[in-house]
Amino acid sequence: MGEFLALLFNTAVFAAALRMATPLIFAALGGIFSERSGVVNIALEGMMLIGAFTAMFVSHQTGIPWLGVLGAMLAGLLIGLLHAVFCIHYRANQVVVGTAINIFAGGLTVFLLRHYFGAAGTSPSVATISDITLPIISQIPWIGRVIGRQNPLVYLALVAVVIANVVIYKTSWGLRLRAVGEHPRAADTVGVNVFRMRYVAVALSGALAGLGGTYLSIAHLSRFSEGMTAGRGFIALAAVIFGKWTPYGALGACLFFGYVDALQMRLQAVGVPTQFMNMLPYVLTMVALAGFIGKSVGPKASGEPYIKG
Amino acid sequence: MLSKIKQLRWQEIATPLAAVILALIIGAGFILYVGENPLAAYRILFMESLGSIRNLATTLQRATPLMFTGLAVAFSYRAGLFNIGAEGQLYIGAFAAAWVGFTFTGLPRLVHLPLAIIAGMIGGGLWGAIPGFLKAKLGIHEVINTIMLNFIALYLTDWLATGPFHGGSWVPETARISPTAALTRLYPPTRLSTGLYLALAAAFFAYLVLWKTKQGYELRAVGLNPQAAEYGGINVARNTVIAMAISGALAGLAGTEQILGLHQKFIVRFSADLGFMGVAVALLGKNHPVGVIFAAILFGALQTGSAAMDRLTSVPRELITIIQALIIFFVAAEYLIRRMLRMKEEA
Amino acid sequence: MDKVLEMRSVTKQFPRVLANDQVDFDLNYGEIHALVGENGSGKSTLMNILYGLHQSDGGEILVRGEKVGIREPRVAIDLRIGMVFQHFMLVEPLTVAENIILGSELRKGPFLDSKRAIQEAADLSRQYGLKIDPTAKIADLSVGLQQRVEILKALYRGAEILILDEPTAVLTPQEVEDLFEVLLALRAKGTSIVFITHKIKEVLAVSDRVSVLRRGKKIGTKATSETNEQDLAEMMVGRVVLLNVDKKPAQPGEDVLKIKKLSVKDQFGQLKVKDLDLNVRSGEVLGIAGVEGNGQSELVEAIAGLQKTAGGNIFLGDQEITDWSPLKVREAGFGLVPEDRHRRGLVLDYSVADNLILGLHGKKPFVQRGMFQNHKAIQKNAEELIEEYDIRPPVASQPAKSLSGGNQQKIVVGREFSQNPKLLICTQPTRGVDVGAIEFIHKQVIAQRDQGAAVLLVSAELDEILSLSDRIAVMYNGQIVSVMPVDEVTEHKLGFLMLGGREEDYEAGEVDGNAKQD
Repeated sequence: MGEFLALLFNTAVFAAALRMATPLIFAALGGIFSERSGVVNIALEGMMLIGAFTAMFVSHQTGIPWLGVLGAMLAGLLIGLLHAVFCIHYRANQVVVGTAINIFAGGLTVFLLRHYFGAAGTSPSVATISDITLPIISQIPWIGRVIGRQNPLVYLALVAVVIANVVIYKTSWGLRLRAVGEHPRAADTVGVNVFRMRYVAVALSGALAGLGGTYLSIAHLSRFSEGMTAGRGFIALAAVIFGKWTPYGALGACLFFGYVDALQMRLQAVGVPTQFMNMLPYVLTMVALAGFIGKSVGPKASGEPYIKG
Repeated sequence: MLSKIKQLRWQEIATPLAAVILALIIGAGFILYVGENPLAAYRILFMESLGSIRNLATTLQRATPLMFTGLAVAFSYRAGLFNIGAEGQLYIGAFAAAWVGFTFTGLPRLVHLPLAIIAGMIGGGLWGAIPGFLKAKLGIHEVINTIMLNFIALYLTDWLATGPFHGGSWVPETARISPTAALTRLYPPTRLSTGLYLALAAAFFAYLVLWKTKQGYELRAVGLNPQAAEYGGINVARNTVIAMAISGALAGLAGTEQILGLHQKFIVRFSADLGFMGVAVALLGKNHPVGVIFAAILFGALQTGSAAMDRLTSVPRELITIIQALIIFFVAAEYLIRRMLRMKEEA
Repeated sequence: MDKVLEMRSVTKQFPRVLANDQVDFDLNYGEIHALVGENGSGKSTLMNILYGLHQSDGGEILVRGEKVGIREPRVAIDLRIGMVFQHFMLVEPLTVAENIILGSELRKGPFLDSKRAIQEAADLSRQYGLKIDPTAKIADLSVGLQQRVEILKALYRGAEILILDEPTAVLTPQEVEDLFEVLLALRAKGTSIVFITHKIKEVLAVSDRVSVLRRGKKIGTKATSETNEQDLAEMMVGRVVLLNVDKKPAQPGEDVLKIKKLSVKDQFGQLKVKDLDLNVRSGEVLGIAGVEGNGQSELVEAIAGLQKTAGGNIFLGDQEITDWSPLKVREAGFGLVPEDRHRRGLVLDYSVADNLILGLHGKKPFVQRGMFQNHKAIQKNAEELIEEYDIRPPVASQPAKSLSGGNQQKIVVGREFSQNPKLLICTQPTRGVDVGAIEFIHKQVIAQRDQGAAVLLVSAELDEILSLSDRIAVMYNGQIVSVMPVDEVTEHKLGFLMLGGREEDYEAGEVDGNAKQD
């Protein structure tokens, strides 16, 4: 029993959990901004994938991985704008548009991958962002080994959560964001530009999701491979719901899902099928939605195009 | 029937057609980007998919599962629901059919094959009924639950096929199904099977149910105006579950066909987004069984032709995926542009 | 001396109705001016124009003596005009302070200055006597308190002209009292108030002047002290032109519909029908007169099984049908012409033929062999009803949405009436219907009555009630305040009762009923 517990609760697992959670955190934050403004975004998966590809590509071309980060965020932002235009301006069904973006991203990334790098299915190795060691923190026993030596993007993700929380709850922009997602007409009648808020929020969600993809291709690994997001965009979506559309809630959910992910290989050694661990985030989200973990209700106006007058 | 086809106004086909053409035009841009001639590439695309009986057979084979998933999405849409869970439903249906296929030996074909097909329908139907029930009873939107169930189905069948029902080889698949459960090949060496007939029958069945039965009248009423349906004594909750179950069964048939017709065993993760493509097919086919059949054939043609185009030019086959996504964008926006125009007329 | 607001000859045309017909309206500094009228009189439209939600088609608006064009709410807000809507524009999960400052936030750089927001909200609330906790979430507040937040929102933006659209519709009597105190306090501070209502008592209780609109036209403006309930009722309701329907006297039989102490809540949880008793006999038409919003909709939906009851019993004949499903109620011999044919009565995308079997679609002969529809029978039914009810154009296969309002209504009427139900409820049966169809539908209602149906007619059109009913019940504030045989009723008495007047008061008043009837 002691061995089992040691398996579950050691620093290596927790450190791995943080790493696994990082892409989820970025994407989930993106999902939160979009949903909070009232636009459903199931295209996090596609946006992450495009971010991952762009990061790899820019790093490959320039040799500077941090430019890859910027490139990925820009690419994500553009895809976000695409989503926004169809959902807001053309008032197309938001789920349909999201599905289209996912399919588009899958096709586009492999198209470009094969065009530039041949039929291998993966890109060549590219320059990555290396891990860093935090000076004092890494000396702290136990915690130091979890959080003291990680990729800068990991730290960035944690900082992003804090910033997102401040933005949403402590700025006037955030107040308007929440109003627009709950009762757009009320916001409209006091002069808030509902459409502009939504455009910005969805573009931002693309940039963040792109950032999540960046971690996969130029931090966690050092290459891009076909479909490398492997459903993480949807796990991020689950984390948004599970975390009740709040940054800290999503952080908790992402850390938990990351932990489950980190655990699955270790548990496999003791006979727990990995697939059940893989299923867990999704099952838990359904349970949460069914109301077994308190009410899980999203922004009221989410999913409906806003029509003036 | 013929008069009904004549009644189909040109307008109805114009928007999907325009979407396809626009998508192809933008696709041409991608072809130019990789340095090839769009006209030449498209020529290969269409010749290699429709240019000979053998190519046509391959096209139809690739179209078949899309017919099922397209019908699944279209059917649910008619009842006012968005079934984006066809992917998961088809996996469950596929495994159920496979299980019947490889578990029972010594059954005559006349029993085994229908049994496997029914198992596939039940599997998919149950998987679809779950989110339907959750919506009817708890009001949870079906989109998110179906997305969750997609992944749960993927991992569940993954485990089943590599664990308890592993076929015993190094590859992640189950044992082969018994020949008595396999769908007959129609045109060797292509892998077109009688699953095509099953798909056409399913389309006919969907049409029949929706427009010729009391149940279909109720389902469509719920989809068009649930409050008027309620007023007319229709039980909205019950119809929600029924619609999702039927939709799931149709998606389950897609998986069934892929197993019994194509692979003849359950292979982990065999579906390359067949369920999500069903959304595109349904949309393009205007959520009508006849439209779905044609849209599925178009997508099947694109997929078949893309392999040849990939081989003979330097255009990666993923161009087709891009074009398919573009088609969805344009169809989704078309509705709205047209609806906006209609709104101007009413005001 | 000068007026703070003048609206001159304002006109607004909607697709099918002239909502405001050259309306003049003015507001003095520091007065409470009641704007009164029935539904459809144009009072809300007029104020929506003032607040920038609609653009007028003609006329001009002067605020503080200057001509203005109000393109959108922001402009109105800048002109210090504030509006409290009937349906609140509040974001539920946010706090009072947050809702108040939304759109005009107090900031420290990009950050919300929550402390100052709460302080200012508290100050405002103290200043105007609107007690409220600025940190409370809207979702946790009662309706009356939520309304206060709406008022504070307007005051925060410096509103000197405050418009309240039917503010008491959602309030309890105690909350109404509180609101009046607030309005009087606001007036004392110099705020000019427009108070939209259809309740005479409120007009008399709190206003300085009152203007009456009827069918888009301004009827008159008077000082409140120079008018009374009868006077206002007459202005609001006017001389009614009776559409004469030839009918024999009724031969009422047994009670078919018996309602005992029925209570029904609306979708917001407010009690809309309060301990109501009502009976309708076979072979008679009982008309319920009342301004919309007094519980009629909820009453009808509860009887039809489309809404749960909150107490009381409903009987159809000897059978208790309280909280039965809509299907069961129908099968017990019930037909309903709903008040909103687009929402409840028709599936607009369905053909005329398909709409003509809605609710009957599961019965023979429309269903054969258990589950297949019998299209021949459906078509035959459609052709018969199209002819009988003169539905135009007489094409069974075309979608219902392509028909005019009157013909759409005939579909509903034809479908429900042809079943010869024991109990028939008609709600606003001729709303949006042209004159020819109105006449036809009225004839059909009487025909049903003569065949022995018990007919419950709910209408906001007094002339319709008067010409069709054998007995008339007035519904006000969720209760039946009076039931009278039709020959004992005058339109003035009806108008009076509909607006909340009490029967005793009417008896005691001086009205020359005979001279005023045409």
